Amino acid sequence: MTRIPLRPLARILEARAKGENPDAIERENLRRRHDDMRDRARLRAEGRLLVLAGLFLCAFLVVGGRMAMLSATEASEPRAQAPGASIAMARADILDRNGRVLATNLATHALYAQPPQMVDPENAALALAQIFPDLKADELLADFTGSRKFLWIKKKLSPEQKQAVHDIGEPGLLFGPREMRLYPNGSLAAHVLGGASFGKEGVSAAEVIGVAGIEAQFDEYLRNPANGDAPLMLSLDLTVQAAVERVLYGGMKMMNAKGAAAVLMDVHTGEIVSIASLPDFDPNDRPRPLTQGDQSDSPLFNRAVQGVYELGSTFKIFAAAQAVELGLVNPATMVNTKGPLRWGKFRIRDFHDYGAQLSVTDVIVKSSNIGTARMAMDIGAARQRDFLATLGLLEATPVELVEAAGAKPLLPQNWSELSTMTISYGHGLSSSPLHLASAYASLLNGGTRVQPTLIRPTHVTVGPRIVTAETSAIARDMLRQVVVRGTASFGEVPGYAVGGKTGTADKPKPRGGYYDDKVIATFASVFPANNPKYVLVVTLDEPVETSGPKPRRTAGWTAVPVAAEIIRRVAPLMGLKPEIAPLSPTGVTLTSN
Amino acid sequence: MTEMVYGSLPKRDGDPILPRWWRTIDKWSVSCILILFGVGLLLGLAASPPLAERNGLDPFHYVERQIIFGCAALAVLFATTMLPPQMVRRLGVLGFLAAFAALALLPVLGTDFGKGAVRWYSLGFASVQPSEFLKPVFVIVSAWLMAASHEINGPPGKSMSLLLAIIIVGFLAMQPDFGQSALILFGWGVMYFLAGAPFTLLIGIAGAVVLVGMFSYNNSEHFARRIDGFLNPEVDPTTQLGYATNAIREGGFFGVGVGEGQVKWSLPDAHTDFIIAVAAEEYGLILVLIIIALYATIVVRSFLRLIQERDMFIRLAGSGLAAMFGVQALINMGVAVRLLPAKGMTLPFVSYGGSSLIAGGVALGMLLAFTRTRPQGKIGDILIQRGPR
Repeated sequence: MTRIPLRPLARILEARAKGENPDAIERENLRRRHDDMRDRARLRAEGRLLVLAGLFLCAFLVVGGRMAMLSATEASEPRAQAPGASIAMARADILDRNGRVLATNLATHALYAQPPQMVDPENAALALAQIFPDLKADELLADFTGSRKFLWIKKKLSPEQKQAVHDIGEPGLLFGPREMRLYPNGSLAAHVLGGASFGKEGVSAAEVIGVAGIEAQFDEYLRNPANGDAPLMLSLDLTVQAAVERVLYGGMKMMNAKGAAAVLMDVHTGEIVSIASLPDFDPNDRPRPLTQGDQSDSPLFNRAVQGVYELGSTFKIFAAAQAVELGLVNPATMVNTKGPLRWGKFRIRDFHDYGAQLSVTDVIVKSSNIGTARMAMDIGAARQRDFLATLGLLEATPVELVEAAGAKPLLPQNWSELSTMTISYGHGLSSSPLHLASAYASLLNGGTRVQPTLIRPTHVTVGPRIVTAETSAIARDMLRQVVVRGTASFGEVPGYAVGGKTGTADKPKPRGGYYDDKVIATFASVFPANNPKYVLVVTLDEPVETSGPKPRRTAGWTAVPVAAEIIRRVAPLMGLKPEIAPLSPTGVTLTSN
Repeated sequence: MTEMVYGSLPKRDGDPILPRWWRTIDKWSVSCILILFGVGLLLGLAASPPLAERNGLDPFHYVERQIIFGCAALAVLFATTMLPPQMVRRLGVLGFLAAFAALALLPVLGTDFGKGAVRWYSLGFASVQPSEFLKPVFVIVSAWLMAASHEINGPPGKSMSLLLAIIIVGFLAMQPDFGQSALILFGWGVMYFLAGAPFTLLIGIAGAVVLVGMFSYNNSEHFARRIDGFLNPEVDPTTQLGYATNAIREGGFFGVGVGEGQVKWSLPDAHTDFIIAVAAEEYGLILVLIIIALYATIVVRSFLRLIQERDMFIRLAGSGLAAMFGVQALINMGVAVRLLPAKGMTLPFVSYGGSSLIAGGVALGMLLAFTRTRPQGKIGDILIQRGPR
């Protein structure tokens, strides 16, 4: 081994001394340095190449292992792999006050197609058109053979339909599980329940969202899984609702009315035991809104809540009760009823001429517009407006239906003295039957305000006082007299002491003025009048009773008999005992021995 | 005597070319490559008829094309293996200039075939993807530059090659083609690692890759969708990935049988990106493991043979090519088994595709040329008493 001297120049000096070329030595040095560097680099690279080779080997092993793991697992049906975890299922049920089901969920299937997987699109289209008469074979075929990769065919299938589709044997027709909303009672309480439809739709699940009524109002609550599937309990009573709707339907047909509404309310709590609006619909198959014409003619229109009408003479009791409450009159005070009553160019008339004067009770019993208007003049516009406001007649009802907020009463622009007079007998202020029912309940239950509600209250609260209990009792007595000897004599139901007030209002024309052959007939009643439990408001739209020589349209002939029949049917259902004076034992022979 | 101790002398004066080629070539790798090509044809027979049917062509149209391109690729491959490394380097640099120009001109002259990325030149009878050809020659140029930087008074080759890599990645990202960009960066990284990169720097580069990935994720919808699809634990079964995963499961260990597979009818990319799924479905895990073993053999053997190599350029270029080849196969198969996010990348030498096949031939030819046994001056070391250690 050649020793390299410590002094690098030594060799060069030596070479020079020998006369050799020092550049060769320089090159030799460079070569050695280069070789050294190369060897060091190679040594380092050797280790790193081994590492790389190891890494690649590992990576290939991992891929191979993963392949083996995948191969070892069973192949699953491609669609079943993706559960739609993002769509919350299980909407809460809706029950009536006794726990009977009004709305629940049903597992069903939706039908969709994946045309790329179809083996025989023509046959599939024809078979589908046979199963579903509303589908057209040529349209389906166009979809199946076009460029679409996916299409929904039916959103809900019955088990029979599903089996029929299954029997086609077409692999491109697929079923997605669905939870659909079911209203087992059909059209019963349709306007309260409203209806539901699918929101976000996926192959494996679909969101159910409420579109109207309670379903829309409580949509968040019903969908919230945090409520632990706790059902929503309504104040409705299913059997009472069924009876009310049945009788109301019969009454509507008998009175040739185009629509009808009824509200039955607990007089103390404001719970709505039954609320009906006819014509109605089946929330399982909710019709489309009308695209033309008046929306209030649609079956979707809730006349009891959304329909604001001039409710006529039913309002007179408010004026009489307020006059009594203010101490302006007592039931026996005589009121001037000589007509016509002139105010400017307007004249107020009565249906019949009731003579020069009537007692306050008789003003109500005979339904004198003039007498009521005179009492209203004494009360004055401001006090009247305040009183009606405390009864909730000047704003939308707080009932738990999405439609309610839109149903604001129509008030006069300028609450003049004339308005005061007309409003006292129910003209110039339009409100819904539900408004009227709550106002009656507030006035007649002893004089405390109630708010209409569709939910069973958890605890009883007594609202603010509106009138004294005495005034309330006087008002009930007047209403009872209306049935006993007044305009609502058809309203007598033995044992239930019905009290009530009729109202017949001419319907306003859309372009101003009033029809003289179209009325809204209303009967607002309370029963039993001596111990008030329920308020019932029945409204018929354009009724006409034709059994007599002349067609009769007044509420006494139309709405009152219907309401009486409803009370006769539902009062026992609600556990009210009829109070009938015991028959004298004279006709009975007790035999003994 | 020396021959007996140190193995046959790799080079003799006046040796005929072919016997010397046969003596020095890595025969295992050559066999593996030929088998891979055969497997590619076999899978093409299975996977491409649906595509041919969709395009209204003869059922084996694509197989025929694959055979024609494959023969051309094999010819290129064998011709390249016979070149001496210096010649490979010269031709590689020239090829790099050409491929780089082609890549740079893509936005002006290229077509996108309606796939949303301008990657191809349409030549009428075939389409050419310049990035496929750019990958191997970029490795050559980078290896040359890095090796040169290790010469005394050499140029700053590492920085220069990095600059080149960044420019190329920029062009590729414009297309956008993040798969090829990743391959280019990976190849450069492997070479830089072997050329003696400090470990701190390697960690820094890894961090930078993560940052760039995040940037792309936030700014490229194309990129973000794929990552999201990967991170979602549920495979949407109607995507290509869902079908591919299911096909692998369907195949099991022994496959559903030749021609019985269904996935090829559903996947538009069955003959390219997801050919491994077709293989797994029809021939089962066995063929997949064979394919993996073939790739692993080529890559690992190349690395091991390059350990012996003393010439830095050959070592770097060879390992760069082997790493790119291996990682492309890994990514393709890793996507099919959902180890990696969805990324369109062909299975080299197996997937259908003219450019990819011929470029693969060039790359493997160069790799084999570099891994040929060469005199490494071991005897000289011993003779001058200067052992390698």
